[in-house]
Amino acid sequence: MAVIAEPVAAQLKRASLWTRAFESRNFLGAMFMVPAIAILILFLAYPLALGFWLGMTDTKIGGAGRYIGFQNFVSLSKDSVFWLSVFNTIFYTVFASIVKFAIGLYLALLLNERLPFKSMIRAIVLLPFVVPTVLSAIAFWWIYDSQFSIISWVLIKAGLITRYIDFLGDPWNARWSVVAANIWRGVPFVAITLLAGLQTISPSLYEAANLDGATNMQRFRHITLPMLSPIIAVVMTFSVLMTFTDFQLIYTITRGGPINATHLMATLSFQRAITGGNLGEGAAISNAMIPFLVAAILLSFFGLQRSRWQQGGRD
Amino acid sequence: MTTMDDQSVGMDYLESFPRKFLRVYLPLGLIIFFLLFPFYWMAVATFKPDAEMYDYEKYNPFWIVHPTLEHISKLFFDTDYPLWMWNTVIVSVSSTFISLFASVCAAYAIERLRYKGSRYVGLAIFLGYLVPPSILFIPLAAIVFQLGLFDGNLALILTYPTFLIPFCTWLLMGYFRTIPYELEECALIDGATRLQILLKITLPLSLPGVISAGIFAFTLSWNEFIYALTFISSSENKTIPVGAITELVNGDVYHWGALMAAALTGSVPVVILYSFFVEYYVSAMTGAVKE
Repeated sequence: MAVIAEPVAAQLKRASLWTRAFESRNFLGAMFMVPAIAILILFLAYPLALGFWLGMTDTKIGGAGRYIGFQNFVSLSKDSVFWLSVFNTIFYTVFASIVKFAIGLYLALLLNERLPFKSMIRAIVLLPFVVPTVLSAIAFWWIYDSQFSIISWVLIKAGLITRYIDFLGDPWNARWSVVAANIWRGVPFVAITLLAGLQTISPSLYEAANLDGATNMQRFRHITLPMLSPIIAVVMTFSVLMTFTDFQLIYTITRGGPINATHLMATLSFQRAITGGNLGEGAAISNAMIPFLVAAILLSFFGLQRSRWQQGGRD
Repeated sequence: MTTMDDQSVGMDYLESFPRKFLRVYLPLGLIIFFLLFPFYWMAVATFKPDAEMYDYEKYNPFWIVHPTLEHISKLFFDTDYPLWMWNTVIVSVSSTFISLFASVCAAYAIERLRYKGSRYVGLAIFLGYLVPPSILFIPLAAIVFQLGLFDGNLALILTYPTFLIPFCTWLLMGYFRTIPYELEECALIDGATRLQILLKITLPLSLPGVISAGIFAFTLSWNEFIYALTFISSSENKTIPVGAITELVNGDVYHWGALMAAALTGSVPVVILYSFFVEYYVSAMTGAVKE
């Protein structure tokens, strides 16, 4: 043993630190992570922290700010436009999410039927999600035009209304209009992901239920919904997050108008920070969104835990 | 990924056609009509001469009597649109490649090398996906300005990966998990290095996953708006969505024809790419949610 042990030891000594490092999982792992981690720290983690800091300063564009503590939040709490944007954001999120879920689930159930040209229909249904939001929002802008709206034209021809509807000029009309555009864009995402969930449910469950004489409604209530609930939780979390932080649709269709009636927190923070130059105040508005987002994530997380527990899942 | 295979619930062949028409085809047709109508309307406005566009009395708004290319030619020759298109392509392609490179490395390390703490790093990267751009754009603008990247493609190429990497990494981790460990062990015994294993075994086997991630990343960066709106100021550096919104509107004068032409032609590249890889796209979308 001693005869061979010596050359091996010598070899090991000669093997440089470098090659040995490359055999270690931890070192190699760290090396492989460098590109992703570097980008994410510099452009995600650091800005997130910087955003917290900016929210506590009075930074203006082109000038250094100083620390002012919670003063931005204090002045926002007295700012009626800010509270209007909070109201609009919640209104927009609640109504758009509920309808997106309802239509999305219905569409998923329809697409799960035996259909001709199934994959083509699925591809078409997903189009609104694929096409750049701003570009489709331009189409909605035109659809809602006060003088040339095709909706008004059709309704007048059908004899249902007598005057053109001012979709974007009236506060409540404008709110419902942007909600409708958001629903249009969001339904495909909900539908296709729920469809994927539906297809993982084993047909034998339905066959068993059929033999037991269950009605359609009972099968939906006692098989489809419980089996689908984990994926519903995930899809709706994503959907709520995307709706709550939406910027593109509002900025394109109304820019927050008329008289701030459709300003979301995201568009208001853009207006104050970039257009108005008050980076600090804009950052404070962005930061005010964070508690809502965390609440949405936690809610769905615990909802998911609960449904797993009810089904006797292990993890 | 065969999650979307045809697995309709049995017994519905017993249903009569009229009944199925009312229950399935009619509502499905209505929903599809509403989902597609804005695109139709976009296309109609693109090829309609102004005279017809603003006169609903003389012309039926749903039809085009004298199709014209005037809006498209105006868009291509009188505005910076070709530059916007070029910028959008450069930015989307570059940020997709950067993200794919970083994500492949990261996902391989997390899923295969299983270094100390890899699980937590994986979770942290996923959480990055939940941080919305509308919270990050203000501090990012400050950083972009400080780094001297303001008003250039590089500002977008470097910031887009922040929302692409978390998604791609998460998706690729799922793909790598499906490749048997034994393959890598054999290669290790034969003396292959980790890099060789990644390039010659893991990557080729997870090509569908890489394509899914790439297509999704490309469409997401083509779609991106808020960063491009914030970090770019001069017309020749804008991307299509930003250019269309900011440059085709002169005060209160909206060039509807050109706007619609921009919306239509700006959508076409992603739609073509998407239609070629639709299965990959769908599997990427559903895969990310089902993990």
